[in-house]
Amino acid sequence: MHAISYAAPTTVADAVSILAEHGANARMLAGGTDLIVQVREKLRDTTVFVDAKHIPDLTQLTVNADGSATLGAAVPCHQIYGDDAIVAQYPALVDACRIIGSTGIQGRASVGGNLCNSGPAGDTIPPLIVHGAVANIAGANGERTLAVEDFCTGPSRNVLGDDELLVSLTLPKPADGSGSHYLRFIPRNEMDIAEVGAGAAVTLDGDTITAARVSIGAVAPTPLFVAAAGEALIGQTAGEAAYEVAANIARDAASPINDMRGTIAHRKHLSFVLTQRALRGAVARARGMEVGHGH
Amino acid sequence: MATEILSGKVHVNTTINGESTDFLAEPRESLLEVLRETLGLTGAKEGCNDGNCGACNVIMDGRLVNSCCVLAVEAGGADVTTIEGIAGPSGLHPLQEKFLEHAALQCGVCTPGFLVSAKAMLDENPDPTEDEVRWWLAGNLCRCTGYDKIVRAVLDAAASMRGEG
Repeated sequence: MHAISYAAPTTVADAVSILAEHGANARMLAGGTDLIVQVREKLRDTTVFVDAKHIPDLTQLTVNADGSATLGAAVPCHQIYGDDAIVAQYPALVDACRIIGSTGIQGRASVGGNLCNSGPAGDTIPPLIVHGAVANIAGANGERTLAVEDFCTGPSRNVLGDDELLVSLTLPKPADGSGSHYLRFIPRNEMDIAEVGAGAAVTLDGDTITAARVSIGAVAPTPLFVAAAGEALIGQTAGEAAYEVAANIARDAASPINDMRGTIAHRKHLSFVLTQRALRGAVARARGMEVGHGH
Repeated sequence: MATEILSGKVHVNTTINGESTDFLAEPRESLLEVLRETLGLTGAKEGCNDGNCGACNVIMDGRLVNSCCVLAVEAGGADVTTIEGIAGPSGLHPLQEKFLEHAALQCGVCTPGFLVSAKAMLDENPDPTEDEVRWWLAGNLCRCTGYDKIVRAVLDAAASMRGEG
């Protein structure tokens, strides 16, 4: 590594001023499980690490009075699956936090960091999208909010300006009768990067689907929000016929590449199969049934 | 007051294996580098240096972490347990005893990481199933044993710590 410096601001305003001063050379450091390795391997030119973990807004996980949740950008995975209220409300996100990396990675790695790393296969991004999460961003020109599906712009690229940081994510309260699920396919049993990942969230009124969101990962330059797949489910009876329609839409939306983890054909197939399974799991959870977290 | 940007040698105070410890570290240095090269605690190993193998695992503020993916300067004020802090004054930790008894190691490079990871698990879950042990330890790679003896040793140590067997 070249000369590196480190700052531990305690307010968002201080962090913004450091980012504004140092431009692209400064980067927020949350769990470091991507960033430290990328800098060590010279994949990034970061020279100023700005520690996110001394800023209260970035380290708090709270369920708000209106039932929504605010997830600080540096909150690590283990804290998310260790929180009963979050486990109950946002099971797709919890699924992802339990399967990302290893126990040691989950001890540090944050959902906000996963989003800012903006990998096409980032496991927490499809869950954030199906939960309808909003990114709260601060920068030299003030604050702004953005739907998570609009955050990533390409592999390792996102909307953040050099003077901006992700402060937190707001997850709306799920309606009564909601359930969600995320799962992925990996060539190994564990500790791997998704060949394809799929998340789904549904709301049921009896057996009728009244709201649904579907998102798939690792099949395009960014995680995809497949709005049409969710829309096709609205008003349908929860069941295989409906899931198949949505899964076909997800497969058509996927535009994957061939690489070491899989082929285009296999990824298209997986987009269909995993969307079906994510919907089955989401509906089962909406009905109060237990669904494993995809180990 | 603007936040100070630290560079060069930074003074860090932390608690390592129960003892207040001061060291100087450059911001680029990992906790693993400081443990091994500055503090002489060479139990944590550098395997992959990118968070895959678990040979450098330590417990920081109650959480299992890969010390290669922690900056040493981040450890300021933290409570760190390394493999050197696992054994008690009266002898080896039950996990260490059971690793020996079950021959759960061959070359031994991965062993400190496995022991620290297993301790972190048993601190949280004293009665894990085999499945839970295997998933918890999925981030520790061993190229010698095939894992089976390690898993048996951990389960046996857990039973012994619960006063069974």
